Amino acid sequence: MEMPTPNQNVLSRKSQIVERLQSVLPIGAVIHTESEVRAYECDALTAYKCPPLCAVLPASTEEVAAVLKLCHEMGVPVVPRGSGTSLAGGALPTADCVILGVARLNGVLETNYEDRYIRVQSGRTNLSVTGAVEEMDFFYAPDPSSQLACAIAGNVAMNSGGAHCLKYGVTTNNLMGVKMVLMDGTITEIGGENLDAAGLDLLGLICGSEGQLGVVTEATLRILRKPEGARPVLMAFNDNEVAGACVADIIKAGVLPVAIEFMDRLCIETTENYAKAGYPDCNALLIVEVEGAPEEIDEQLALIKDIARKHDPVELREAQDEEEAARIWLGRKSAFGAIGQISDYMCLDGTIPVSSLPMVLRRIGELSDEFGLKVGNVFHAGDGNMHPLICYDANKPGDLELCEAMGAEILKLCVDAGGCLTGEHGVGIEKRDLMTHQYAQQDLDIQMAVKDVFDPEWLLNPAKVFPLDSSASRRMAAE
Amino acid sequence: MIVKTEQELAESVKAAPGPLHIRGGGTRDIGNPVDGNVLSTAGLNGVTLYEPGALTIVAQAGTPVADIETALDAENQRLAFEPMDHRRLLGSSGTPTIGGIVATNASGPRRISVGACRDHLLGVRFVDGSGTIIKNGGRVMKNVTGYDLVKLMAGSYGTLGVLSEVSLKVLPKPETETTLVLHDLTLRDSVTAMSAALGSPFEVTGAAFVNGLAHIRIEGFEASVAYRAGKLRDLLAKFGEITQTEDAASAAMWRDIRDVKCFADHGAVTRVSIKPSAAPEFAESLGQTRGADLAMDWGGGLMWFAVTETEEATHKALQDMSAGKGGHATLIKGSASMRADAPVFQPENPTVTALSQGLRAKFDPRGILNAGLMG
Ligand SMILES: Cc1cc2nc3c(=O)[nH]c(=O)nc-3n(C[C@H](O)[C@H](O)[C@H](O)COP(=O)(O)OP(=O)(O)OC[C@H]3O[C@@H](n4cnc5c(N)ncnc54)[C@H](O)[C@@H]3O)c2cc1C
Ligand SMILES: Cc1cc2nc3c(=O)[nH]c(=O)nc-3n(C[C@H](O)[C@H](O)[C@H](O)COP(=O)(O)OP(=O)(O)OC[C@H]3O[C@@H](n4cnc5c(N)ncnc54)[C@H](O)[C@@H]3O)c2cc1C
Repeated sequence: MEMPTPNQNVLSRKSQIVERLQSVLPIGAVIHTESEVRAYECDALTAYKCPPLCAVLPASTEEVAAVLKLCHEMGVPVVPRGSGTSLAGGALPTADCVILGVARLNGVLETNYEDRYIRVQSGRTNLSVTGAVEEMDFFYAPDPSSQLACAIAGNVAMNSGGAHCLKYGVTTNNLMGVKMVLMDGTITEIGGENLDAAGLDLLGLICGSEGQLGVVTEATLRILRKPEGARPVLMAFNDNEVAGACVADIIKAGVLPVAIEFMDRLCIETTENYAKAGYPDCNALLIVEVEGAPEEIDEQLALIKDIARKHDPVELREAQDEEEAARIWLGRKSAFGAIGQISDYMCLDGTIPVSSLPMVLRRIGELSDEFGLKVGNVFHAGDGNMHPLICYDANKPGDLELCEAMGAEILKLCVDAGGCLTGEHGVGIEKRDLMTHQYAQQDLDIQMAVKDVFDPEWLLNPAKVFPLDSSASRRMAAE
Repeated sequence: MIVKTEQELAESVKAAPGPLHIRGGGTRDIGNPVDGNVLSTAGLNGVTLYEPGALTIVAQAGTPVADIETALDAENQRLAFEPMDHRRLLGSSGTPTIGGIVATNASGPRRISVGACRDHLLGVRFVDGSGTIIKNGGRVMKNVTGYDLVKLMAGSYGTLGVLSEVSLKVLPKPETETTLVLHDLTLRDSVTAMSAALGSPFEVTGAAFVNGLAHIRIEGFEASVAYRAGKLRDLLAKFGEITQTEDAASAAMWRDIRDVKCFADHGAVTRVSIKPSAAPEFAESLGQTRGADLAMDWGGGLMWFAVTETEEATHKALQDMSAGKGGHATLIKGSASMRADAPVFQPENPTVTALSQGLRAKFDPRGILNAGLMG
């Protein structure tokens, strides 16, 4: 993956930059030795690494503002970082950048059950937000699989989603306000504690902007009361197409499950060998979960099972108790780990309209034959968010490149089917160069014009999201 | 000028010698008054794609909302964000368009449970102020490919671009609905009761206070609605007498609430958005304890104040008070002169204003799209 040549003028001033950062931050908040900065050399897209110039760990909004003001003055690029779990290389450093980590900003500032929101500092992990309101039976809905580790900061920047977003939406649907620092050091608040903010929807723009418009230091999040209960049903089919049709029929019937997950044969078999969840022998498996009071769950599941029966299932298994429910989910939750046991793999993230599911799966099978690489499919079928896992051998020269080329073909296929390049992981550096497949130049130009407004010098996380040649003139102008 | 295709729309904007006033169905000409030649999108008409199994509909911006609702109805689906029809409140005529709904981010009582129009908007095509056709988003529910201009376009009142096509997420229609009506409550108690209902696990989809009565709505399958209604009655018993209105009667009740029918006869109406717990004090400081000229929706988070036509000062006072409480006030109904003099939209903090102006300058460099409408 190509990255721009680092700015020599910045590199040569390293000691001066470190000193000035030290002058505005407490002792220990500036990390600059060669061995220490290595901890920040990549995010969860570990194929690409580069140690930053230095890293800073401010502990307040004011300290973040001081850092940005300084870097702005000195023309130093800044890459914001939450927990570094991005799979798109969103937090990948460049050699001439300061990594601004928000891990020390992890407090709860306010919980308000009457108005149903929580205000937290942005470095707080996703799961611990729910942890803070659990005793009152509330929860924070977006639940990325990385929720134990990832920070609200990264969730806001990537507009992260999770398995339950069919019902509850993704980050942008649960975010009410942010406190944010612009690249020049200006502290501002956008949105707040009421449901709709005045004026233009800047909050909607910030969410999903991949750390390029400002550094988020606080977030006000909607919290919801936990449902009385939830129960999954497992459905096995002999054909992907039939499973796909079943999903559409469930949705058309007016039931709205909280999750509909899909696994194909390779995933089912691999997972079964690894986690022993007791999955049936079949080609396509659906896990459908509904929520509510026991009576409501019964009624919804009865309807769902009626629909499934019309599609000739190999097996229909409704969880009778907590333990069985856990076992139904166990395989799905172990899928990534299971594939990881048998092979190196690349996890893609594209979306398609649910109706194109059979066509896309068929075509992925053909590509798998053409490239000679195995692909497992596990995804959120309710909202068309696919995660094809391409297996390759990291030790075999050329295999990673082959894998990347095949990944690009699959993502283009998603776009051509009416979907998009990324449903939850973001563009980062990973899909930067594919953006022109989804968007025409004028579509990208207006997005880049938005960055011009928030960060005219293109210092904040530059060289991400937009193809390098598209953003070149803007990034050059900054130097 | 009525354009019939996106291409024509682009050419008209590019060739425009001066300011344009963008119009969908023209059911609501509000905001600070706009000068300019009328550019109507009413000719951009038709549903382009509807996939009930994928919960998505794509339509040209000028498509009448009624046509969309008819198409959805046939598949037992709906626009879940419950957009308001302003014709009753404003006494206006015309045919509301889907583009107008998106441009104003019109969102009704169900906003508290399913989100606003912007939360259901999946993709847009629009023409910016220089006549360039732009697309953003798409027609799938999850999309984080580049910046989310979809949200930005929702509620931008035609000041960033003229929408030519929108794609929306739709939801199934519930089998039935019921409304619990709580009688004889003070405003303060009504907010407490509504907060309790909304903080319960019983999936309330409407919580409004109108004519001195608090209304709590639940929707879904029949048995489930009955079960939850029972649970909620237990939960809310301490607030006094509760009556229940079912199905069609309940739906009619919520249409009136959605359209703020109670203030149809008032000359001027201001809408205040605020956190629910701050609503009682807000109202009390205006001498309101039982909601004479006040209605509340969104569990107290949305207040409608009826003021008299001449009382520009009241509107301004509402904005001042909102500013102090982190909320904002918008003049929805008022005479042309009142709208010309008063700030219709809440003045913002200077950084937000600068960013918004910066964006407008990029999207509409000549400043010709609904110039000045949002202040
Ligand atoms: C095992 C695994 C499972 C995953 N599952 C999911 C999933 O189910 N759903 C999903 O959506 N994602 C998933 N992800 C991806 C990842 O966890 C999310 O993108 C997450 O939101 C990243 O959060 P983070 O705090 O780790 O951010 P980082 O990786 O640190 O940064 C991500 C982006 O956010 C920016 N950023 C960080 N902090 C700030 C800030 N304060 N202000 C502005 N910008 C900032 C960065 O510059 C970068 O562009 C998964 C990742 C892993 C490793
Ligand atoms: C100031 C204001 C406040 C409102 N508040 C609420 C509210 O609180 N709750 C609620 O439910 N509804 C609200 N609405 C919604 C609104 O009244 C109608 O539901 C909707 O505007 C009907 O569409 P129309 O085609 O008649 O719009 P019109 O009256 O023709 O236009 C409405 C606005 O949208 C712009 N517009 C129309 N079409 C396009 C397009 N294709 N591209 C770009 N811009 C376009 C117009 O320039 C105008 O500013 C509000 C509307 C306005 C103007």
